[in-house]
Amino acid sequence: MAIEVRIPTILRSYTGGAKAVDGAGDSLDDVLNDLDAKFPGLRGRLVTPEGTLHRFVNVYVNDEDVRFLGALEAKVSDGDTVTILPAVAGGAFAFAAMAALSSTR
Amino acid sequence: MARYESLLDACGNTPLVGLPRLSPAVPEGAPPVRLWAKLEERNPTGSVKDRAALWMVRAAEEAGKLRPGDTILEPTSGNTGISLAMVAKLRGYRVVCVMPENVSTERVQLLRMYGAEIIFSPAAGGSNQAVANAKQLALEHPDWVMLYQYGNEANARAHYETTGPELVRDLPSVTHFVAGLGTTGTLMGTGRYLREKVEGIEIIAAEPRYGELVYGLRNIDEGYVPELYDARVLTRRFSVGTRDAVLRTRQVVEVEGLFVGFSSGAVAHAALAVAHEAVKAGRRADVAFLVADAGWKYLSTGAYGGTLADAESALEGQLWA
Repeated sequence: MAIEVRIPTILRSYTGGAKAVDGAGDSLDDVLNDLDAKFPGLRGRLVTPEGTLHRFVNVYVNDEDVRFLGALEAKVSDGDTVTILPAVAGGAFAFAAMAALSSTR
Repeated sequence: MARYESLLDACGNTPLVGLPRLSPAVPEGAPPVRLWAKLEERNPTGSVKDRAALWMVRAAEEAGKLRPGDTILEPTSGNTGISLAMVAKLRGYRVVCVMPENVSTERVQLLRMYGAEIIFSPAAGGSNQAVANAKQLALEHPDWVMLYQYGNEANARAHYETTGPELVRDLPSVTHFVAGLGTTGTLMGTGRYLREKVEGIEIIAAEPRYGELVYGLRNIDEGYVPELYDARVLTRRFSVGTRDAVLRTRQVVEVEGLFVGFSSGAVAHAALAVAHEAVKAGRRADVAFLVADAGWKYLSTGAYGGTLADAESALEGQLWA
């Protein structure tokens, strides 16, 4: 068994188009390091040089946001699913528009 | 007292309803684990957004930003626009909504009925197209007023001043509060109040996970985090996919006779998860979750009937929350 990592469309250029890849490790940090060895550059899109998750990236272990589970130190085990998603407000569309509007004022 | 001087005065004070059939069974002698639903569909236009709309309009009036006859511009995928249109009608403003094409037909009809004007943005263009359209409108109409619900503190304050106190009044033993995460106003306002009043309270967010088409992002750096959002208010955050949201939406009406929108199905999914954890741990729990709206506006999706797979594909590419 391994840890399934679901990759968003905008990062699939790193995984040869694969929607999901297998990773290994005891923490999210381990898994991302493991993946970076197979898919160079992927980790750099998710983690800042300071070693924290990028502001606009959300990562979930079994549908729960890792920022509330210890972030990169979040524990994972075989059979878990890690989902990577761009951070977008529920009303993504409206928010994008509003952000644009407020920036023009 | 259930008499009000006007529809606006009838905003809030929504019922908190026990869900004994949906609540998980506990072993004999173990502390109770109970689920409660706060029915925001009972607000004047049928959604939680009436609270935010009313508070944002009042705040803008008090600040002198909004005067009779002014036009309010609001990019919205639904409920906020409907609430604002009602409030605007009663207080003498015009409302223009910018919205994506891929929202349910009921929402469009409701907005028009309440008197809002609608400008559609093509769904295919995603957020980039919305940004372009909105920028253009703002340039053409510099006098239009934007309430900006994602960064407007009156949105969160509505819940700090009403939703939170109502919950503590009706359920002093509350241990968990679960709500959907969009503008984050409901969770930030209610969450802050509950944290001040209830020791050890858990504040749990359930965010809808749409199909990727909906996001329309080209780059991971194009994400959006609402200005109102402060992660410190939350204790946990769940991402709920379309399938789980539909499954729970159906379960809630089947088991408890409560007809809710899909976002509330997603919230119920997270509420059930924490309720089951409490049972496992042998802990008492009173889990209150927020029903943002009822299911009426989503009937045309067809996702209340048929197989789960059909429902999932019917909602694919739609903003169901």
